[in-house]
Amino acid sequence: MASVQYREIDGRSGGFYALLGGLGVLIAAGLGAAWSMEHHGHAVTGMSNRIVWGMPHVFALFLIVAASGALNVASIASVFGRDLYKPLARLSGLLAITLLAGGLAVLVLDLGRPDRLIVAMTYYNFKSIFAWNVFLYTGFFAVAALYLWTLFERRMNGYSKRAGLLAFLWRLVLTTGTGSIFGLLVAREPWNSALLAPLFIVMSFSFGLAVFVLVLMAACRWSGRALGDVVLNRLGKLLGVFVAVVLYFVAVQHLTNLYIARQHEVERFFLWDGGIYPALFWFGQILIGGILPLVLLFKLPSRRAIAAAAAGVILGGFAQLYVIIIGGQAYPQLMFPDKHVASSFFDGVVAAYSPSLPEVALGAGGVALALALTAVALKVLPFLPRSLADGDVDPAAA
Amino acid sequence: MNPERRQVLGWGAAAAAGAVLAPGLSLIELARARSPEEAASALQRWGLLIDISKCGECNDCVTACHEENGVTGHGRPETDAQWIRKVNLRDKRTGHAQTLPMMCQHCEDPPCVDVCPTGASFKREDGIVLVDKHTCIGCRYCVMACPYGARSFIHEAVSGQKADVPRGKGTVESCTLCVHRVDRGETPACVEACNRDGGKAMVFGDLNDSSAEIHRRLRSEPSSQVRADLALNTGVRYQGL
Repeated sequence: MASVQYREIDGRSGGFYALLGGLGVLIAAGLGAAWSMEHHGHAVTGMSNRIVWGMPHVFALFLIVAASGALNVASIASVFGRDLYKPLARLSGLLAITLLAGGLAVLVLDLGRPDRLIVAMTYYNFKSIFAWNVFLYTGFFAVAALYLWTLFERRMNGYSKRAGLLAFLWRLVLTTGTGSIFGLLVAREPWNSALLAPLFIVMSFSFGLAVFVLVLMAACRWSGRALGDVVLNRLGKLLGVFVAVVLYFVAVQHLTNLYIARQHEVERFFLWDGGIYPALFWFGQILIGGILPLVLLFKLPSRRAIAAAAAGVILGGFAQLYVIIIGGQAYPQLMFPDKHVASSFFDGVVAAYSPSLPEVALGAGGVALALALTAVALKVLPFLPRSLADGDVDPAAA
Repeated sequence: MNPERRQVLGWGAAAAAGAVLAPGLSLIELARARSPEEAASALQRWGLLIDISKCGECNDCVTACHEENGVTGHGRPETDAQWIRKVNLRDKRTGHAQTLPMMCQHCEDPPCVDVCPTGASFKREDGIVLVDKHTCIGCRYCVMACPYGARSFIHEAVSGQKADVPRGKGTVESCTLCVHRVDRGETPACVEACNRDGGKAMVFGDLNDSSAEIHRRLRSEPSSQVRADLALNTGVRYQGL
């Protein structure tokens, strides 16, 4: 492939402004929800002293995990030298930044004291993985921006492999940090495992690519650009591999727990009698987010099937994070083994939780922010190739 | 020098050393008695011993704590702050029933302090685990990390605050071991109430002070920590568990 031609999207059509308008409404609703939560306190949400992290965290973690995964397409091109992915690298880097921005916005606006963000940036306890994440997340913006610069600026092109490697390593550490938020909690039986870090990494591969595929398809379709089967089928196959790897890690996690007697109650809760959580696990995470995409991608490959599979992965990803984050808190903490426990703090019982409108609005606002930033960026800078038609990309290069 | 003479000199040196060091050792003892103006010191480790066999159905410790610290609810138990609560236990096999007060266990290695991104969760030199209300950003990670469900997030505006106990919406709080009373040389409100109106199940004191009742009883009687498997070395110990 000689050189790829990039061009901004037109961004003057009624459809483009309608899209931005719709996303703007969602962002405004998210800000309104954040204001309400800050003004009235978190009592207006479905969260409680037992479920302290709710729907905003499901959205935020999805966006943050997907952000690091969205960068993978660029990594495959720059770090692993697959030229087929090269025309996609700029969009990949862009999504990494915008998805992270959306996720962090949700996380920060959900704080009990969002006005103290400056405190979070000036007081550090370096034993906290959260403090490390502050650096990993902000550093990721810088590293991804640097990487994009080496892709955009012709004189810097020679450095893109090194910048891509740095971004790839950074994102691996970043997602390790995100998984470790849960994996390092000693007193939570559903989480406390080193497996959470690599599980989150493979989840990021899968969720990030699914978002990337859908954004790429939408951007090409709405800007009238060709997107050939060669590129799309390759991305579809890759997504299938990632989905399978996530299923493998999930299987290892549960099979290990099933082997350990003291974890039997945990497994019974998440796989069988935990109410909404086993339902979301089996139907959301495993069926819609795992098996269905695999069937669509490998048995019925078509454009619609790839889009549907990516949508399934995203829905399954939300289900998975809901089960991990909220199910993990709902499951009672083990304080007194062999005892039935009861108290005014709802010890010993599964904590009740129903997502509230402000929480969902805040989370959806974060998604809208990520998409709006992406749309605007596509308009102002040449992130998208003029064509990804089969004749314009080199299948042999893959 | 003959051996006898050497021995006599040795005894003399030992006696001289003793005479020099003894006043210093008694000064260390004096240093343990801290005036309220002094900073907290690692010479102390404040703790509680709770004898469950004496803990009955009453709720006096909870009422006294929340009264002392101005912790008022809104009639919403899911989101109202609870600094201390009564936990009822029933053995799964034998049905043996017990009840005990549960609060911050003031761990030597507190998970809440480990995970706090800003250092707002901290442990004083004397072992009391607190939240700095000025640097807590309300992320609730400490609530996730606490093995004892001891922490509450303030879900709505608070009223009726006490001068000694600042509180605020959007931050996390928990039992302070009545640090304001301890610094005045008093005992925590829960202990006082238990000994006045309840079953006299609670003892407060300095775990490091060999003359303190809590030290003596922990030395001579069996006791246990909740979730001892986590090796957090809690400042709150239970008997009869």
